[in-house]
Amino acid sequence: MPTQTFTLNGECVTVDVDDDVRLLWVIRDLLGVTGPKYGCGINVCKACTSHINGKAFNPCSVPVGDIKESDKITTIEGLADTVDDDLHPMQQAWIDHDVAQCGYCQPGQIMAAVAKVRQCQDEDRDVDDDAIEEIRNICRCGTYNRIREAIKAGAEEM
Amino acid sequence: MPAHRAATRPRPDPGGDTATTRNSVSRRRFLGFLVAAPTLVVAAELGRGAAFGTPPAWAAALPKLPGIPSPPQTPEYYDLLDAIRDSARPTANLITIEVHRDGTVSFALPRSDNGQGIITSTQMIIAEEMNLDVDQVRVTLADARPELVFNQLTGGSSTTFSTYTPIRVAAALAQGRLLGAAAAQLAQEKAVLTSRKGLILGRNGESLPFGELTEAAASPVTEAVEVALKDREKFTIIGKPQTKTDAYDMVTGRKKFTTDLRIPHALPTVICRAPDLNGFPKDAENLDEVRSMPGVTDVVKVSNGYAVRAATFGQCIDAVNALEVRWNAGTVAGENDESVLKKLRKAELPLAVPKGAGETVEGQFVFYFRGGSALETNCAIADVREDRAEIWSPSKSPIAAQAEIARKLGLPQNAVTFHVMQGGGSFGRRLFFDGALEAAEVSKKMGKPVKLMWTRADDARQGRAHPMATSRIRAQITKDSVLSFEQRHTSVACEINPGFSEAITANAQKAPMGNLTVSEIIWELTQVTPYEFGNSTRLLNEVDMRFNTSATRNIYSPDVATARELMVDQIAAKMGKDPYEFRAQFTKLDRWRKVLDRAAKEADWGKSMERGTAQGIGMHVEYKGAAACVVEIDCRPDMVNRKIRQGRTGARVTKVTYVVDIGLVINPRGVEAQMMGGINDALAMTLTSSLHLDDGHFIEASWDNYFYTRQWNTPCVMNIVVIDDSESPEPGGVGEFGLAATCGAVACAYARATGEVPEYFPINHKESLPFEPYPTVPPIPPSPSNGLEHTY
Repeated sequence: MPTQTFTLNGECVTVDVDDDVRLLWVIRDLLGVTGPKYGCGINVCKACTSHINGKAFNPCSVPVGDIKESDKITTIEGLADTVDDDLHPMQQAWIDHDVAQCGYCQPGQIMAAVAKVRQCQDEDRDVDDDAIEEIRNICRCGTYNRIREAIKAGAEEM
Repeated sequence: MPAHRAATRPRPDPGGDTATTRNSVSRRRFLGFLVAAPTLVVAAELGRGAAFGTPPAWAAALPKLPGIPSPPQTPEYYDLLDAIRDSARPTANLITIEVHRDGTVSFALPRSDNGQGIITSTQMIIAEEMNLDVDQVRVTLADARPELVFNQLTGGSSTTFSTYTPIRVAAALAQGRLLGAAAAQLAQEKAVLTSRKGLILGRNGESLPFGELTEAAASPVTEAVEVALKDREKFTIIGKPQTKTDAYDMVTGRKKFTTDLRIPHALPTVICRAPDLNGFPKDAENLDEVRSMPGVTDVVKVSNGYAVRAATFGQCIDAVNALEVRWNAGTVAGENDESVLKKLRKAELPLAVPKGAGETVEGQFVFYFRGGSALETNCAIADVREDRAEIWSPSKSPIAAQAEIARKLGLPQNAVTFHVMQGGGSFGRRLFFDGALEAAEVSKKMGKPVKLMWTRADDARQGRAHPMATSRIRAQITKDSVLSFEQRHTSVACEINPGFSEAITANAQKAPMGNLTVSEIIWELTQVTPYEFGNSTRLLNEVDMRFNTSATRNIYSPDVATARELMVDQIAAKMGKDPYEFRAQFTKLDRWRKVLDRAAKEADWGKSMERGTAQGIGMHVEYKGAAACVVEIDCRPDMVNRKIRQGRTGARVTKVTYVVDIGLVINPRGVEAQMMGGINDALAMTLTSSLHLDDGHFIEASWDNYFYTRQWNTPCVMNIVVIDDSESPEPGGVGEFGLAATCGAVACAYARATGEVPEYFPINHKESLPFEPYPTVPPIPPSPSNGLEHTY
C-alpha cells in the first residue's frame, strides 16, 4: 500500500493508504483531525474547507496521492499557529460576533473567510458584500449575516 | 401550592431561604427538593398555575371594532408549549443541579442542543439564581432517561418555556442551602451573607468556596422544601447579551460531533440505498468482490439496503457504489409531484360558509416538498453486544429512540444506553432517530461497533421532508369588515412521530390514523389566525402516502402563514386599505399590534419603492409571542437573471426588518441568532428550495440541486428587534419563530412587486432545473478529483 507523506498543521505526517482515497477521509478517519466536516463530499457545501500552502481548498475532492510531500495542509486546528496570538483574528471576530450556532460548518466558513480576505488583499480589492458573496459555504443554521459582519471585522485585523 | 407529589411534607427550610427573602415575604414560593446525597443535590417540581398567575391572552382587553371579534382559538389560551410543559410536569422533580467538591455546579439538561443555544441559556438561568459567572456552570446533555417519560422532548420551541422555572427553583434551593451551611460555619446570620462567583462572603470579608460547603449543605434524606426565587429586578445575567459558551470550541474545531468521536473499533459505515424512496433490497450479485475492496471489513444485508463498513468513509462510498443490488419498489413507486397533488386535492375539506353572505375573496395555494436536511447528515455510533447496547447520536427524543432500539435488538430498555450528542443542526430532523436505529441493526448484524453516516445524497433523497400541502382560504367581507375567514390546509401526512417523544405516544402514532390524531393536536395547539375576522376557522386534513416526513422548522406555520397573509393583503386591497394599516386595525390584541407597529416604523413602511421592487408585511402569533416582518424584494430582471455557478438566483429579498415579542428574554443575542436563522430558512422556503418528486424518488441529491439560502441570496440588511419590555412575564419559544411571519412578508412583497399573486411555493419550483440530476444507481455521486483546480 502506498505511503503518503505531507505536512498537516505544522507536523510531518505519514500514512499508508491508497492514492485515490480523498484527503478529507485521510485527515478525519485515519489521522483523527476532525475540524474539517463532511457535508456533501462533492465540493459543493464547502464544510471541509482547509488550506493548502495558504490557499483555500476542499479535501473531499482531492485524492491523497495528489498531495506532495512538500505540501502544507492547514485545517482549522492549525489556523491559529499561522499567527502569533492564541486565536487567528478571524476566529476572534467569529467569537466577538457570536457567529456559530450549531458550529458544524464554521471551521470551513472561517478557513474560507481567511483565504477570501487574503485573496482580496493580494488583488487590492475591498472585502465588501460582493467579495463575501463569492464564498459558497453553506450554513444551514442561516448565520450568513453575522458571518458577513465577522469577516469584515476580521479583515480589519489581518 | 399543590404538594401531592412531594416526597415528604414540605416545610419552610431555614437553609432554603435566600438572603433577600425577608424583604419580600409576599413573593410566591415554589417547591424544591433536597435530594439525599453526600454533596449538595437539589431538584425541582412545578405545580400547575404556580409559576405565573397571568390570565389567558384572550381575557385581556379586546380590540376596538370595526373588526368583528373572532372567538379565541385554542392556542390563545392553551398552546403546544403548555401541552409540552404540562406533560413534563409530573417528572420535573427529577431535574437536578449538583454542587461538586471542586466548586463547580453542574446540570444535565434533558434536552437536545443542535445549535439553538439552550446550553448557554440554561447556564445563564442557573448562574443568575446562584450569583455565579456563566462559565462557572457546567451544562451537559443528559443520556436518555426513560423515567422522565414526557420530559425529554426537544421540540415545538418549548425548551426554555418548560424548564425555566424548575431550573430556577433548584438553583435557588442550592443557593439557599450553601448560604445556610456558610452561616453555620461562620456563626453569622444567614441574612448578612452574600454570594458571588462561587464564593459565600461573610460580614468580615470571610469567603467560603461552594466546594467546601457542599457536603455541609447536603441532605441525608430527600425532602420537599419551599423556596422563593430571585426578583426579576435584581437580574444581572438574564436579559443581557451572552455569547455562546462553546463559541471558542466551535471556532477552533474542538467541538465534537458524533462522527468526530473515536469509539474503539467503530469504523465508518454507509448503507447502499434503493433508487426508490423507501425501496428495499432483494439480493446483490457481487458481495464477495465488494468485500475484497480496499479498506472494506464487512458487507451485510439490512432491512433497507446493504451496509458497508470500512477503514474510511471514502472507501465505504466506493464500495457502496460498486454493489450490484436488485431492489424492490419503494413506497411511492411511480408517483410524481402532480400525482401527489391530485390525491391531496381529493382530500381537501369543504369550505363551509356559502358564497353570497358578502363579497367572497378566495385563494388556493400549493406548497411543494422541501428538504429537512441539516448540514450534519443523519449519523450514529452503535456498539451492540449480546446483552447490551451503547448508542451515540443527536436526538431530540432519546427515550423513544432507546425504546425502539431495545425492541429492535430484543433487549430490555435499560440495557440500551443512549448518549445524546450535540447535533449539527436539527430543523426537525433530530426529532427522529433513523440513523441510530439503523446503526443498531448494522452493529448487531456485523457483531462489531459501527460509525454510521448517511451520505448527502441519502439525506436529501431518503431523508425526512417538509410535506407537500395545499391551503385554501375563503373570506366573506363587507365594505369594512370581515364576516368569515376559513382556512383549510391539506397536507401529505406530517409524521409527528415520536409523538411527545416517549414510548406511549410514539406507539400510538403508529396505529392506523394514529398520526392524524397527533397531527390534529399539534395543529389545534399551534395555529392562530391573529385577526378579528368574524367566523374564523382553520382546519387540517392529512393524507398518509408513506413519505418520510417530519415537522421541519415551524411545522405547518410557514405555509399556513404564507397563504393567510397573501389573502389578508387581498382583502385589504378589496377594502382599499394599506396592508399594514389593515392588519393594525384588525389585529386581535394590543400586544400583537405593538409588534406590527414597531416593524412598520423600523422598516419605514410605505416608503417610495422603484418599479419591480416592493415592500411586503406579514405577522404571526405562536410560541407565547408575536412577530411581524417587513421585507423589501427586488424582482427586476437584472436581479432575477443573475448568473451564479451551481446556484439559484431569482428575486432577491434585499432588506428584512423583524420584530419579535417573545416574552421574557433570557439571551437577546441568542434570540436574535434564532430569528436570523429562521429568516434565512423562510427565504429558501418561499423562493428557492424544494424537492421534485419524479418516478418515486426525489431528484435532488445535494446542495447544488437543493437551493438552501446562500450568501448571494441573503439580504445585505437585516434588522432584528427583540422586544425587551414585553408584558409577558415568562419566556416563550424562540427556535422556530423567525419563519412564518417572514414567509408571509416575502410572499406579499413578491405579489406587490410583480402584480401577480403566486399560486405555488417555492416560487421557482416549476422553472426548468438548473442542473442535471445525479443518477440514483449507483446511489452516491462520486467525489470529484480536481479539487486542486479550485483553490483561492
